[in-house]
Amino acid sequence: MFSHNGIIIVFTLLIALMASIMPMPLSVDAFRPDWVLIVLVYWCLALPSKINIITAWFMGFILDVLLGSVLGVHAAAMALSVYIVVVNFQKIRNFSVWQQALIIGVLAALYHLLVFWMQRFLNDAVFLTSYLYPVITSVVLWPWVFLLLRRVRRHFKIM
Amino acid sequence: MNPIFKHGPSPQHRLILVLCCSAALIFFDHKMSSFDIVRGYLQSIVSPLQYMANAPKQMMTWGAENLVTRQRLMAENEVYRKNELSFHEQSMQLNIIKQENERLRSLLASPVKPDIKKMFAEILSVDSDPYTHQVVINRGASDGVYEGQPVLDEKGIVGQILHVGARSSRVILITDVTHAVPVRIQRNGLRLTATGTGRIDLLIHNFVAHSADIKEGDLIVTSGLGGKYPEGYPVARVSRVSNDETREFMRVFSKPVAQIDRLRYVLLLSKEKPVSIFAPKTTSDNSSKAINQSERK
Repeated sequence: MFSHNGIIIVFTLLIALMASIMPMPLSVDAFRPDWVLIVLVYWCLALPSKINIITAWFMGFILDVLLGSVLGVHAAAMALSVYIVVVNFQKIRNFSVWQQALIIGVLAALYHLLVFWMQRFLNDAVFLTSYLYPVITSVVLWPWVFLLLRRVRRHFKIM
Repeated sequence: MNPIFKHGPSPQHRLILVLCCSAALIFFDHKMSSFDIVRGYLQSIVSPLQYMANAPKQMMTWGAENLVTRQRLMAENEVYRKNELSFHEQSMQLNIIKQENERLRSLLASPVKPDIKKMFAEILSVDSDPYTHQVVINRGASDGVYEGQPVLDEKGIVGQILHVGARSSRVILITDVTHAVPVRIQRNGLRLTATGTGRIDLLIHNFVAHSADIKEGDLIVTSGLGGKYPEGYPVARVSRVSNDETREFMRVFSKPVAQIDRLRYVLLLSKEKPVSIFAPKTTSDNSSKAINQSERK
């Protein structure tokens, strides 16, 4: 994972983690995109031999610790969402950026619903529609993140 | 060089392995309280990330604080000076009343209330996870923070310490769905519990009898019954009472008095042993003993 400038991948993932815990005003906070999921999906599409489900699970685990949720909840949801990408990466690669964005939307919705179901099962969380707001911002964000990360990958020649 | 034929286990096997790990973790973390120590270590490991994520916000507040006009500072200063005068006067009275209270309590042979030690802390980050209401503060085990320590702001109770790391710790807020505070109504001493609803501005009081005397606007304070929160700190104000006779219990909602959505500095309370040499060592044992002694006399 660290060969061929792989350290850059770790670096982008760390930035994604920080962006997902950065303090925000309460009104904007509900729209916080799923940074970690988006960055993970990009690397899964670009370098499926390096970034796989184990990495996704590990990132979800760190997210669990950072967010203070029950350990393993975000990890499982992240691993399941990324599994879908890993199995279909050759199809998704050939889509246009906006089609990919729609797929990201579906994945983000799945991720949030999975987390909600587990939280519901563990401690009776109540569903609010605001839980799905991040899906919208994630869809909007994907093209920009995609272009940025592709540029990063080409610049550092990460293989 | 991308290999055409992938090595290693297939995605399905990896997924099953990882889901098993998650299931085990969820079970251990949710059901076993002994896992809290592990969480403490993990919290210490990730705390640099939290400090780094907080840096931009701190820079902004630093900038905002350093770029204020002289007039505003002077006006603020004046307000603070007036406040200090009035607080000072109140604290003088409070000292006298405290002494008097201690004397009366010792006359009644009931234990002297232990002094409460306070510690300031700053909020490092607020969780973006909407299912749990927690914040992270910049004090940890090295500052003497312990689990279950009550946390409040200048208005009222905010929550309690959930996990302690070495240099940071996690506070669960009273509005979290898994949190409840034993409270009473200040006006008439009626005992209730205040349970979080997962919404930042709403607490619910379950199992209130229809005959209970509750009005909108009543102040709700901690009752000190659970042993976690000291007695008498404000928690919430009753916002809605619906006395629908077809329901089994009255529906009572309240709004926290602490400004939970705009926390910046919080106060940690820690119980200290009584200072006086005549003070009893353990409060509960001694109170019963004292009563026995007075009865014997």
